[in-house]
Amino acid sequence: MNTYDAIVVGSGISGGWAAMELCKKGLKTIVLERGRQVEHLKDYPTANLAPWELLHRNSHTKKIKDDQHIQIRGFCNESNSHFFVNDKEHPYVQKKPYDWIRGYHVGGRSLMWGRQCYRWSDLDFEANAKDGHGIDWPIRYKDIAPWYTYVERFAGISGSKEGLPQLPDGDFLPPMEMNALETHVSDSIKQKFTDGRRMIIGRVANLTRGWNGRGPCQYRNMCDRGCPFGGYFSSNSATLPVAAGTGNLTLRPHSIVMEVMYDKEKRKAKGVRIIDENTKEAIEYYAKIIFLNASTLGSTSILLNSVSEVFPNGMGNSSDQLGRNLMDHHYHVGAGGNYDGFKDKVIYGRRPNGIYVARFRNIDEKTKRSDYLRGFGYQGGASRGRSWNGDGVGTELKEKMTEPGEWGFWLGSWGEQLPHPDNRVTLSKTEKDKWGLPQLEIDCEWKENEIAMRKDMMNSAAEMLEAGGLKDIYTFNDEKAYPGLCIHEMGTARMGNDPKTSVLNKWNQLHEVKNVFNTDGACMTSSACQNPSITYMALTARAADYAISELKKGNL
Amino acid sequence: MERRELLKLVALATGGAVIGGEFFLAGCKNKDAGVAEGAFSQNDIAFLDEVAETIIPKTTTAGAKEAEVGKFMTVMVNDCYDEADQKIFHEGIKKLDDACKKMHSHGFMKAEPTHRNQLLTSLDKEAKEYMKTKKQEDPNHYFVMMKQLTLLGYFTSKPGMEQNFNYAQTPGKYDGAVPYKKGDKLFV
Repeated sequence: MNTYDAIVVGSGISGGWAAMELCKKGLKTIVLERGRQVEHLKDYPTANLAPWELLHRNSHTKKIKDDQHIQIRGFCNESNSHFFVNDKEHPYVQKKPYDWIRGYHVGGRSLMWGRQCYRWSDLDFEANAKDGHGIDWPIRYKDIAPWYTYVERFAGISGSKEGLPQLPDGDFLPPMEMNALETHVSDSIKQKFTDGRRMIIGRVANLTRGWNGRGPCQYRNMCDRGCPFGGYFSSNSATLPVAAGTGNLTLRPHSIVMEVMYDKEKRKAKGVRIIDENTKEAIEYYAKIIFLNASTLGSTSILLNSVSEVFPNGMGNSSDQLGRNLMDHHYHVGAGGNYDGFKDKVIYGRRPNGIYVARFRNIDEKTKRSDYLRGFGYQGGASRGRSWNGDGVGTELKEKMTEPGEWGFWLGSWGEQLPHPDNRVTLSKTEKDKWGLPQLEIDCEWKENEIAMRKDMMNSAAEMLEAGGLKDIYTFNDEKAYPGLCIHEMGTARMGNDPKTSVLNKWNQLHEVKNVFNTDGACMTSSACQNPSITYMALTARAADYAISELKKGNL
Repeated sequence: MERRELLKLVALATGGAVIGGEFFLAGCKNKDAGVAEGAFSQNDIAFLDEVAETIIPKTTTAGAKEAEVGKFMTVMVNDCYDEADQKIFHEGIKKLDDACKKMHSHGFMKAEPTHRNQLLTSLDKEAKEYMKTKKQEDPNHYFVMMKQLTLLGYFTSKPGMEQNFNYAQTPGKYDGAVPYKKGDKLFV
């Protein structure tokens, strides 16, 4: 009774996709999720609370600051703290400062993700081969393009078609609207820069019309509490219900996977061993194929912990690359300013999206930089704030606080991190968690290229805002924005053509154990500068399709 | 107005970062708060309601008292402030009353609305000046706390949001260029 056709470890953004694809193709699939159940609609306790219904009006209480002292470095607050881990229960070793921001429950971070979805292009897939950092990707844009389309059509991504080669257009739902100042700045940038840079509306997994029985988005901007309208893509609202609808899904929460078990004779994995989160009972599950979707660091921990005679350093790790090349995007750098105009315009609605500036550095000879490699994009947006200084007390203060001030613009940059073998995670030899599993040790830092890039990220933001006619421009470059904070961790089981230098092949299979697939962020060979989730979705659907065809051929 | 926007405004209005809003380092030392929860009396809440009402008085729309800002302040001080700030806040109640006695020869609860306004206007100036020049490790000013919590509490309260603004929990659409003329209620 513990035998299935397929095991999926994790139920977040990529695990949900693996489960749906495998179930739809008729495979009896068990999803093992380490945390608790979160059912769509039913388990979103704060989704419909008005600001005054939150006892502390969404502030950090001392309890949150204490229990979730790492999580609050991200965007964990009173209304969503139940979707972030308790840092005391889930310790790890920071050899250098690293913010590991996580949610352990069904749906994982697909409930609280930023929802920005950008295709990669060959500028990204060829980057490593061209400048020699990391190893070459085993795939190119043409390999993944149809799968981007496939996942976009199901998930529902809103956006505008722009014809930018470095940011390929997708199969989009209607775009959201820019506001008055964003439209103005976007037009100014187009006119004033000759290097082709464009400010476009964000491409986002919020539904601008009803889609596959979900949505549309109601412009509440409370997505990270779970959406009562199913207005954005999450495992809980989208993939898992379809998987369950096939009758092929078994979902087991509270199942912490300790290791993947290896069959030396068959040279295949035979299943996984879990520990029940609550009872601490150890249980084994068996299947023909195993998809690891426990998040970049989660899946890598499992593989590192899957030691055997054949794999003394972790399953599939003969290359010694497992755990290396940890990447994130570096951010908390950019500029802002105010605008003297549009005084007769205000905003209605809370758009859960902003603007995007596609990469414009190092995309061709003309835009080549001598001070750093690769590039960055921008996210941000305009809103109408309050500029009055709030002096005094009484009627005047009250009235002023209800009146609009000036429009303002905020522009933040997201930059690529080069893969580096020394940015690495290992298992602690001494520290264990409360289930007796070794804690992860994280040793990662920004290196020269990232630091050099940040100056341009900051200055170019100011330059674009200046071109847009903004005044009182300020810049920022937060040196305490450590790796991990962007929550785009990736790269610790990279894909590649050569088993000597990579962990996964071009189909996301372990080179050395062909029935184990890893399609979360761990598989990424480089980081590009775009938000990565849509690429995880596409790679997962592609790998699942391949796994099923290989299974049918009797190759797995 | 989104919460982030409001916090920016609250910080601006009081010349300092929002107290209790800062991040704590790992191994946070505020686990055992020095002041037991509920250490505020009903009299304290009534007093804080009057302070808040002076900062945000009833006009054509509800004042801070109707929005129960006094009670909100005590919840925030108990649950979100560290021990040092809790102490400053508690002592601040008496300091404010003493300042009133000094200025008007009687306590705050007995003071006329104009006298209350006069006192708090002067405390606001004093506190703002203090926050501007203080070193980071110097203690916060109690009146900054009271004003911050009043603004945050009132403008996130049901009457505060619904009566002063066009509040919609579920806007249903986005329009980034709505015509506006002075006096129109803003969307929040």
